Amino acid sequence: MIDPIFIAEAALNGILLGGVMALLALGLNLIFGVLDIVWIAYVELVMLCMYLVYFLVTGYGWPIWLGGLASVAFGAVLGVAVHLLIISPLLNSAAINQFLATGGLLFFLQSFATFLWTTDHRTVRLNLPIIEVAGMFLSFARLIAFVVAILAMIGLYLFLRHTFIGTAIRAVSQDRDAMRLMGANPQRVYVVTSAVGGAMAGLAGALLIIQYSVHPYFGAAFGPLTFMICVLGGLGNMVGAVVAAVIMSEIISVGGVMMSTEMGYVIAFVLFIVMMFARPGGILAKRE
Amino acid sequence: MTAAPPTGMLELRGVTAGYGQFTALWGVSLRVSAGEAVAVVGPNGAGKTTLMRVISGLVSPREGDLTFEGQSLARLPAHEIVAHGIAHVPEGRRIFPMLTVADNLKMGAFLRSARRGYRDSLERVYTLFPALAERQKQRAGSLSGGEQQMLAIGRALMSRPKIILLDEPSMGLAPVMVLRLFDLIRRVREEGYTILVVEQNVRQILKLVDRAYLLEVGRIKMEGRADELSEQDFVRKAYVGL
Repeated sequence: MIDPIFIAEAALNGILLGGVMALLALGLNLIFGVLDIVWIAYVELVMLCMYLVYFLVTGYGWPIWLGGLASVAFGAVLGVAVHLLIISPLLNSAAINQFLATGGLLFFLQSFATFLWTTDHRTVRLNLPIIEVAGMFLSFARLIAFVVAILAMIGLYLFLRHTFIGTAIRAVSQDRDAMRLMGANPQRVYVVTSAVGGAMAGLAGALLIIQYSVHPYFGAAFGPLTFMICVLGGLGNMVGAVVAAVIMSEIISVGGVMMSTEMGYVIAFVLFIVMMFARPGGILAKRE
Repeated sequence: MTAAPPTGMLELRGVTAGYGQFTALWGVSLRVSAGEAVAVVGPNGAGKTTLMRVISGLVSPREGDLTFEGQSLARLPAHEIVAHGIAHVPEGRRIFPMLTVADNLKMGAFLRSARRGYRDSLERVYTLFPALAERQKQRAGSLSGGEQQMLAIGRALMSRPKIILLDEPSMGLAPVMVLRLFDLIRRVREEGYTILVVEQNVRQILKLVDRAYLLEVGRIKMEGRADELSEQDFVRKAYVGL
């Protein structure tokens, strides 16, 4: 029998992981919600940002927070580049072409990262303490990542709710032509959306590099999980993504402690498949 | 029987336009002067909506010239034409159904020039359409058809336009609502806006405008003062036939 304290600790860790996963899912969802395109290579952008922070901090001795800010800016630039170079020319072509193009970007980035930096696992060594709360041990890095992720999500919510451009981002996905009649250039709204989505990838990269080591295939672990969370929450549904992120992270974390890490993933994927039959529109979608 | 004043705020000269192989407008000329209310009437498929879409830049003309206050609009994209002071209330209203009423109006003020006076414009729209003020926080998609049309007009006013293009404002509305809506359009007019309206409700709209054009199969067939046109045969025909 496992000591309940370990399960409680795992549950708490699951919530902490859920915060960062929710951030990733929101970034991907934002772009899907507006452009109707899934950036298959989203977590590969995160991987590039993780490398950036790694090199800035270990190579150039930047403080981690400054590296994090650079990562956010770099992510925004990557997002705009992906939009202008890959998405924009394909905006009016078949969905499968857009899917293949961003899929191609994924393999390109993985191979290119391997070519440049080899498959070594690289870690930013921060001497962050482990905190003990009521007999449970928590990593301070995870706690910080969680808090920053939550703050970023609140920031995103306020941006989308209260600014003109944020409201335009929500509006353009509902009616592109009507938005042109309001005096908004849809292309500009798309570029801003891509920059915001990219910036969130950059932030996620900074929050992940303090917990995990980076390597060219980092996206292979977190990419599918992120898509699953988005689909489980209902593509484009922001609240659903957060709920799904917490559920999936809990299963992986608690399942990992009760059985094994692998079984945690197996259960999460099985639940995903079952949910796709039971609720194809996402967990928060109304039943047909 | 031309009654158009000599100086046009909006002028179309010989505009031909369409979609792909299909030509919807053949050499259409039309003029709206500042302060005027002008209607374009005609049967279904006459090209009325295309005419509106050409003016607001959603369709580019193949031939002909469009000017607004002396400046050519012919090659400008839609989002730049709005900035000249032309607000288009499209056919089918095209409000943002998932946004609240207030957010829809906010999008109407998206133009940089309109953002500064955003609060003032909002107050004016709410005074004009009190029903919208009551439903500020409601999702626009949950409004009745008449309220949605009010919202679409209010949203257009938020850009502080000089001219408003109304495309079939009465479409899909119950008869009682149509009367109320026309009353509201009259009030918008009294606020001093120049209006170009496309309508199938010929009798009603002729009571509201100064002049009208009859558009049939993409060509202007007749034009004149509203009171003169309402005497014409086509009014009875259009009214009964469609």
